[in-house]
Amino acid sequence: MSELTFTLLRLGYLVLLWVFVLSAVAVLRRDLAGPRTASSRRRRPELAGPAPAAAPGGGAPRAPQRGGPSRLVVVAGPLTGTTIPLTSSGVLIGRAPSCTLVLDDDYSSSRHARIFPQGGQWFVEDLGSTNGTYIGEERVQGIIPLAPGVGVQIGQSVVELQG
Amino acid sequence: MTALRPEENAPARIAEAVLLVIALALGMGGMWMVGYSLEDGLPEGFWTYTIVLAALAFTAHIVLRLRAPYADQVILPAVVLLNSVSMAMILRQDLVDIRGANASRHLMWTALGIIVACVVIFVIRDHRSLRRLTYTAMIVGIVLVVLPLIPGLGQEVNGAKIWIYIGGFSLQPAEFAKIAFAVFFAGYLVANRDTLALAGKKFMGLQLPRLRDLGPILIVWAVSLAVLIGEKDLGTSLLFFGLFVGMLYLATDRVGWIVIGLVMFAAGAVVAWSIFSHVQGRVDVWLDPLNAELYDRDFGGSYQIVQGMFAMAYGGMFGAGWGEGYPQYVPFAFSDFIYAALGEELGLTGLLAILLIYLVIVQRGLRHAIGVRDGFGKLLAGGLAFVMALQLFVVVGGITRIIPLTGLTLPFMAQGGSSLLANWIVIALMLRISDAARRPSSLPTRGALADPAPAMVGGGAIEVGGGSPVQAETDAGAGRGATPDDATQIVRGVDR
Repeated sequence: MSELTFTLLRLGYLVLLWVFVLSAVAVLRRDLAGPRTASSRRRRPELAGPAPAAAPGGGAPRAPQRGGPSRLVVVAGPLTGTTIPLTSSGVLIGRAPSCTLVLDDDYSSSRHARIFPQGGQWFVEDLGSTNGTYIGEERVQGIIPLAPGVGVQIGQSVVELQG
Repeated sequence: MTALRPEENAPARIAEAVLLVIALALGMGGMWMVGYSLEDGLPEGFWTYTIVLAALAFTAHIVLRLRAPYADQVILPAVVLLNSVSMAMILRQDLVDIRGANASRHLMWTALGIIVACVVIFVIRDHRSLRRLTYTAMIVGIVLVVLPLIPGLGQEVNGAKIWIYIGGFSLQPAEFAKIAFAVFFAGYLVANRDTLALAGKKFMGLQLPRLRDLGPILIVWAVSLAVLIGEKDLGTSLLFFGLFVGMLYLATDRVGWIVIGLVMFAAGAVVAWSIFSHVQGRVDVWLDPLNAELYDRDFGGSYQIVQGMFAMAYGGMFGAGWGEGYPQYVPFAFSDFIYAALGEELGLTGLLAILLIYLVIVQRGLRHAIGVRDGFGKLLAGGLAFVMALQLFVVVGGITRIIPLTGLTLPFMAQGGSSLLANWIVIALMLRISDAARRPSSLPTRGALADPAPAMVGGGAIEVGGGSPVQAETDAGAGRGATPDDATQIVRGVDR
């Protein structure tokens, strides 16, 4: 084997070693960039105080970022600070264990409300709850569009979409 | 979860298979280059080594598919890479007839290690079942540590009494004791951490534990000192004590424990240094290895460490290339000093890649400690990952003269059956816990992400475990038919 071939092979081996390292890291990236959980943002000041009881535009609505809201945040109630990344399948809220956001709240129904996307827009739908779902003072009837930053009152909790 | 049916929507583990192919290619390439560099032809047994390694690796891959389909996909290829690169290095030293280097024996232990790991994954379906063995593990651990001290069974090799000889085979029981202690500490701490964490006074911003809660740490400290004195093994004693302090910190989140641990370690180290000549020797060698008198000393001198430094210096940035170094001049270049031999032939670039692969394994362990839902699993995964990191630091630090040299082995790389076997068991446990951590949970808890829709289980699943800190403040799981273990994790899932 000539000197040159050996040198090329030697360096090629190191390159392949690093290819392995980098592809392992690439597999991990998905994990590292996973959903941001409540713990990292619970201390953020804008989430700390109890949000105003959800008037449309009551709290300063954040300008929706490119691509629309990315998470649902509980801004008032016992679960304040809980964050759920939004997926295309929507979020079911209620007391039933099968809900996406499980509330332990006597004022909410087992399947209380649903927040879901359609045609690039998010909607909230009351699922026939006993105590109702409110945006501000107004009880949600049927399906209505939901803008980011607008609080939705469900039992003792207020949730809102954030960018 | 029924026995052999691959679960629906389980990941296909393609990433793992691809990475395994690269890892095996690196092992093969190493052996190939070794052969062409030393003998101008394929080394003897090239195909045997290649085929056996590949068959074992893919057996493990299939076992994971069947039995732990959600387990981490990076850990296995990373470990296979380390193991097959070490295979090439040991084969290389075997070819130039370095006394002690024995590639076929290394292959045999590798095979045994992988098979045992598969058996562990097969038999232990739920890592929580180990929790029942908490105190059994303690006794097993202590017995294993004491074994080399029994006359007739133990034997002093190169100044350290850490070996036992049974029927022609030598074993280093401390490697296995490491696992037993990790299980014991995890079980003990998950039951007692609240007392350890909450009781006690504050002093200068540190929450100090109560005196009576210090009992266990004192016992472990005494055991590790006894190891140091009785077996003259610095590394193992450091490993056990570090494992306990690390897990104590994981369990309680109290910096006070680390401070106490470091102070106790420092005190123990100073006392050991002032009493024992072999400890003094190690420190002298560490501080001034190039001293001619130390270098020429017959026993316990700095010859080995200096030769290791020369080897790594010769390797430089890109290494001399497979087969082009001089491992015959470094004593124990196939076991304790394999790191230096790899540095000589792969250079700093190769060493950093290897260190990064270890880092990936440790990171995966810690990541799954966060992700897994029960407290015992969190502590066990965290402890096993930590002890591997600590062992790596002690070995590499010793060879590169950051700390005094101790007698530990580089996991998966050094030739030595006990180390290989024990570390493959560690990996099996890590994979088992990672499977539990990433498995989509059928147990929604308050504020946690439940599966958005049944069809999404596979895809959306991976992050579920990771989201566990979301499981917020209170007792949610308990009222919902969760097992006690799950209730534990909910309480502990909160970050303070």
